[in-house]
Amino acid sequence: MINMTIARITARGLFGRRRFLLLLPLPVLLVALAALAQALGAEPADWAEPVLLGLGVAVVLPVMALIVGTGVLGAEIDDGTLVHILAKPLPRREIIVAKLTVAVAVTAATVGAAMFAAGLVAGSARLGAGLAAGTAVGALAYSALFLALSLVTRRPVLLGLLYVLIWEGLLSNMLTGTRVLSVQHYVIAIADRVGDTPLLTGAVSVPVAAGMAAVFTAGGVALAIDRLRSFTLAGETS
Amino acid sequence: MTADPRPSTVELTNTSRWYGNVVAVNDVTMTLGPGVTGLLGPNGAGKSTLLHMMAGFLPPSRGQVRLGGEPTWRNPSIYRVLGLVSEREAVHQFLTGWEFVLASARLHRLRDPEGAARRAIALVEMADGQGRRIDTYSKGMRQRIRVAAALVHDPRVLLLDEPFNGMDPRQRLHMMDLLHRLGDAGHTVLFSSHILEEVEQVSGTVQVMVAGRLAASGDYRTIRRLMTNRPHVFAIQSTDDRRLAVALMGQESVAGVEVGPGGLTVRAGDYGTFTRALPKVALREGVRVRRLLPSDESLESVFSYLVAS
Repeated sequence: MINMTIARITARGLFGRRRFLLLLPLPVLLVALAALAQALGAEPADWAEPVLLGLGVAVVLPVMALIVGTGVLGAEIDDGTLVHILAKPLPRREIIVAKLTVAVAVTAATVGAAMFAAGLVAGSARLGAGLAAGTAVGALAYSALFLALSLVTRRPVLLGLLYVLIWEGLLSNMLTGTRVLSVQHYVIAIADRVGDTPLLTGAVSVPVAAGMAAVFTAGGVALAIDRLRSFTLAGETS
Repeated sequence: MTADPRPSTVELTNTSRWYGNVVAVNDVTMTLGPGVTGLLGPNGAGKSTLLHMMAGFLPPSRGQVRLGGEPTWRNPSIYRVLGLVSEREAVHQFLTGWEFVLASARLHRLRDPEGAARRAIALVEMADGQGRRIDTYSKGMRQRIRVAAALVHDPRVLLLDEPFNGMDPRQRLHMMDLLHRLGDAGHTVLFSSHILEEVEQVSGTVQVMVAGRLAASGDYRTIRRLMTNRPHVFAIQSTDDRRLAVALMGQESVAGVEVGPGGLTVRAGDYGTFTRALPKVALREGVRVRRLLPSDESLESVFSYLVAS
């Protein structure tokens, strides 16, 4: 059961934040590039990988999930408004689940719609559906990870960027063993299976992708709940 | 009418809190019960640390902090009976005052959240401004709407960190009256302040923190009288000040007398002995005492003695 009061306050706070609004053109750019490539007569096989994977899966999805996932709780920690929610007789699990739901819904809706449209342009509705499904799974795993990061460190965006750029962008492309801990590869594996297309090639199996996405999500949620239970206010202010 | 059975006692037992090598709160033991108590101390004395531990937002490094026998740390159920107004003014700025208080009522899962929100807003006299977004509020209005949100579930224990900050004199008086009423109704109200006049006007009972330690506890007038190493100062006006001055100098309890245009200033070593001796001396000398005022029993003098010692 999702606490709708917390979800509503979280969503209103998110949509009022400039950092989030500045990111909204990113998914639009993805669709625009796909449409442009198609209009110029380029073969999908030539532009699908750099646009759908290079931009969509490797940049738009993680960056959007990073800003949203760290923002749903991190912004309230930074400005101190979280105290109003914590000073209520609510299980901390309920707060985390409400925040995570908003983060996943916003990321999956904004990026998923753009991925679906770009997939449609590149090939078929099936490809679009595959990309949207992969995006939804990725949004869940990324959001849980980044939400937990916002409770573990004071610099969640920086740490999240390091994970996306260094671990996923660099290491997982050089060392195949690291792919099993890369959300990006779960997204590709699931999009490949559901989309049934030669344009995408998953590097990890679907059971591994689904299982590891579940591990990321459950681990992130468990860590976030535990950290929230021990949330402290800065000691001496006066 | 039956008494509210919910717990209202906050107990700290040998509580300490340190950050690395810095001791913020040092071995404090205190019990707070129904009524208004002022938590007084200079900046950096450990007041906020103490409040945060009571409110369940900081674990004690040593000792125990309990509300109604339950530990406050990692125990969200205490918020059924506890309301907190933290010092930081952070409020969800994009909400209206009404939405903010109503959200609090809903998060408390009250049976009639709208009714509870209306009552809490009326209590702090914010009905007129409740429809406006909080980012358009003055500092005092923001503070009052935060108090309304903290009171929405009628908590037995209310903790307020510097609640009068940013309030104009009228709002301040209203808030003081509200705290009085809550205390009289059997709520346990603890508010911190470094402004002596505020504490003096709201509460006779104080907990004085100095450098992380509980320097004194109880009614500040009683605390003053227990400070026997400091002479008590009285201002006296009589029908014959000079004659009374000479007679008082013969009393063992009197350490010094000054005769001024406004009357006598008497320094007495012992409060009780002097106040018992004065009427006898005046009667014997045929002098009528028009006015007798302990002039250093203000909270300010008590506080300055405690900080200096």
